[in-house]
Amino acid sequence: MRSQISVVDLQLMSLLLILIIFLTVLVFIVPKKHKYYYTLSILLGGIIVTTIKSFLSLAGNGGTDKISLTLPAGPFEFTVDALSAFFILVVNVTVLTGFLYSRGYLKPYYEKKNSLRFSLHYFSYLWLWLSMILVLIVRDGFMFLIVWELMALSSFILVIFDAEDTGIMKTGISYLIQMHVGMFLILLAFLITSEDSGIIGFNVLKGYFSGHSNVLIFMLFFAGFGIKAGFIPFHTWLPQAHPAAPSHVSGVMSGVMIKMGIYGIMRVLISVQHDHLQIGTIILFISLLSAIMGVMMAIMQHDLKKLLAYHSIENIGIIGIGLGLGTIGFSAGNSVLCLLGYSGALLHVLNHSLFKSLLFFNAGSVYHAAHTRNVEHLGGLMKSMPFTSLLFLAGSLAICGLPPFNGFISEYLIYAGMFKSLASASLYQSLALLASIAGLALTGGLAVFCFTKAFGIVFLGKPRTGKAAAAEEVPTGMLLPQLLPLSLIILIGLASPVFLKPVFAIVSGGFGLEQTGLQEKSISASLASVSILGGIFVVLTIIILISRKLYLGTKEVASGPVWGCGYPAAGPSQQYTATSYVYNYNHLAHPLLQTKKIMEDIREDEIFPVPRSFRSESNDVFKKYLVDKPVDFISRLLKLLAVMQTGRIQHYILYAFLFMLAILLLTYFGII
Amino acid sequence: MSGFILILFAALFFPGLIVRVKSIASGRKGPDLFQPLRDVRVLLRKGSVIGTTTGIIFRIAPSVSMASVICALLVLPFGNMPAPVSFGGDFIFFTYLLALGRFFTIIGALDTGSSFEGMGANREAFFSMLVEPAFFILMAAFAMFTGYTSFSEIFRAFYISGNHFALIYSIIGFYILVQIALVENSRVPVDDPNTHLELTMIHEVMILDYSGFDKALINIASWLKFAMYGSLIFNVVVPSGWNIALHIFLFLGIQTLFASIVGLVESFRARNKMNKNPKFILTLSAIGIIAFIVILIMTEKLSI
Repeated sequence: MRSQISVVDLQLMSLLLILIIFLTVLVFIVPKKHKYYYTLSILLGGIIVTTIKSFLSLAGNGGTDKISLTLPAGPFEFTVDALSAFFILVVNVTVLTGFLYSRGYLKPYYEKKNSLRFSLHYFSYLWLWLSMILVLIVRDGFMFLIVWELMALSSFILVIFDAEDTGIMKTGISYLIQMHVGMFLILLAFLITSEDSGIIGFNVLKGYFSGHSNVLIFMLFFAGFGIKAGFIPFHTWLPQAHPAAPSHVSGVMSGVMIKMGIYGIMRVLISVQHDHLQIGTIILFISLLSAIMGVMMAIMQHDLKKLLAYHSIENIGIIGIGLGLGTIGFSAGNSVLCLLGYSGALLHVLNHSLFKSLLFFNAGSVYHAAHTRNVEHLGGLMKSMPFTSLLFLAGSLAICGLPPFNGFISEYLIYAGMFKSLASASLYQSLALLASIAGLALTGGLAVFCFTKAFGIVFLGKPRTGKAAAAEEVPTGMLLPQLLPLSLIILIGLASPVFLKPVFAIVSGGFGLEQTGLQEKSISASLASVSILGGIFVVLTIIILISRKLYLGTKEVASGPVWGCGYPAAGPSQQYTATSYVYNYNHLAHPLLQTKKIMEDIREDEIFPVPRSFRSESNDVFKKYLVDKPVDFISRLLKLLAVMQTGRIQHYILYAFLFMLAILLLTYFGII
Repeated sequence: MSGFILILFAALFFPGLIVRVKSIASGRKGPDLFQPLRDVRVLLRKGSVIGTTTGIIFRIAPSVSMASVICALLVLPFGNMPAPVSFGGDFIFFTYLLALGRFFTIIGALDTGSSFEGMGANREAFFSMLVEPAFFILMAAFAMFTGYTSFSEIFRAFYISGNHFALIYSIIGFYILVQIALVENSRVPVDDPNTHLELTMIHEVMILDYSGFDKALINIASWLKFAMYGSLIFNVVVPSGWNIALHIFLFLGIQTLFASIVGLVESFRARNKMNKNPKFILTLSAIGIIAFIVILIMTEKLSI
């Protein structure tokens, strides 16, 4: 009976999605002042229906619903299982918040850009949402690649919203190219796996993997999906595209779009039949690299959004650590590690989408108010923008994995999986676990370092420039939507067992784990204790704060200048800067980050030094050696070929003639 | 719960003991055991002066930090009595909650906008980041050795296994925990609380602008942190099976010993050069890895 209902509402959902496809086109016709609400209503309709369907699907113990539709374009098949349902929910929350937030964020552009630009923007936003939903419910390979491509295209148009700036257009093109490299790899992998059955798609992967070697094909998929997800060394588009895009778009891209890569990897992982140990080790290695290097590079960034973009790489790394450990656990029949690794990864997908979009929105608010993203030009915003600051603070605490926020819960799951499996692990596993434990602990410490810097320099102290001093709190319309992710962040942090149940169900259903009930119970009990302690902590803090207030009420409280070594502390320009904050860290990390100082020394005979500038730059080592250098090499090679491009028509006819001659000769000698 | 009360009790005397040991070692008469308590009383009697550039973060930071320390105490066991709240992986919560307190202390310092405090904040963040893996590696070694993942269970199973090599871990654990405590509490050789120059301080420079009630909270939180690490050391060193009277005696003994070590190190050793600190702290992780490898050999996972 239940499956009957599920299929009915899947039908409803499919029909609505098709209706929405047609409705999106109308965005271009609607008058400019109604465009936003028109788009919002379509989006809301779609989000409500898909959300209801996902809840039903998750409540129905993760059964798979399938529906085939015959359309003029050919037969469609939509499939919703628990994994898709979970990701649909993740997508919906962030896409909705992002759109509500965009109303205020885009207001300054309202006069500057014409109606068509706005139509295109809203149209692409709708299509980004639509294509992500379709990516999650389509299993056929060709359909999947089409919607995957639509996702890349719509996000490309969203990124280049501000394309008057030539830098942004260039970034957009580079983004588009890298997305297509990824798509090509996925296509290649799908084609190879269709060898036996002639069908391409996720459904035949299991059959293929059981009869062939798994590692190479998996790596092909991993590289393809990894470019979307942003694993190092496939991350190079990420730190460029996120700062270029408008903030609500960066929030959505970093919060959920890159998770489609994770979704793809999980779909393939479910189908993998053997060689789990090798695959798990490879994922784990790349993920540890991504987590540590991601946050290490993030620390060096002075552009607030670029910093957040590098943090996305770190968090993708943490998700990957969970996936890698889960796969290693699966290979050893270690159901604890498998369950906790995968569950931690899956929950971190949700958590990261919440706090990262929150952080991006608030970075956008800072940009909106102060017109700069350079942290060195900001400062003291807590006084002028208290609500934005508090939201950013909550996001920072959550992303550092500190209790009682949600980031802690997913990191705890991954840690718990590692510590619980240590005793029974083999030598190889023990070493992998040790590396992950140390790596994850280091990542946590680095994240704290990074976000104390980001929050401290941007929001605390005194304004460093006139821009920062002139900043005002953003309108309520931009703050209110953020309460949705904020409340979920706190809710997951304080009531984690509730959220964990469906996650466990997805993992044990998807990976066919048996007899995990006992483990699930013990982890839920542990998390209940975490919730209790989190509650105690919050109450304790409030009690101490209230007693402080009461106590100070009875005493004389004066305000005075800050201590500056016998003098009042000097002016805003002499505050500690972001560069000085990372100075000693930079010493240690220099071999890995290759930071450069660009300055001119004072000459000895220079009695009256002239004004000088100082600039420090950090290189992305991976980008330099894996993208820039090879691309330079190829373009040099291609330049040599340009000798042939003479511009004379006679030469071109000669080439055609030579080509035909070559074909003729080759055919004659039976070579081709 | 009795462990919790004992830690509170030990915390009262800890700072006085350190000062006592230092004055005896340097041949001074020195203040008595209760001087730090009197200092706090003075602080509580006074009003506060709050910097004009500061905002809400500066005001709430000491309270949040205090709450995090008290809450972290709740997962520590005492002898064979389990902790008030004990669950698998509770040391992860313990570490991250302390990190939350530290996060607030750091941004509280940055809130003043003074470059001195910024400098201290940066050093605190940097050094505590380096020390975190050491603690986790040590706990990983313990978890692998005992097969349990909560403080209470690990320490209960520590000596029960009947394996005399446990002594090796208690020594390594003792060493690493003492060093971590020194780093976390900003004492010599990583930081010198009594240095006269702001430029060379770490923790002290972060709290320069606190006065009155907030400063009292900061002082008490640092005592509690000392006693907390003392209690961890006690749990690592003393088998849980012994009877309660002996436990209480040994607990106080170990806290005294720990305070004396801190005092003696401070009397006879100079502070590290600031740029040598990372190496010093990373050595702890290396020692942790040695402990881990020893366990691999012992459990015959690694044969040589």
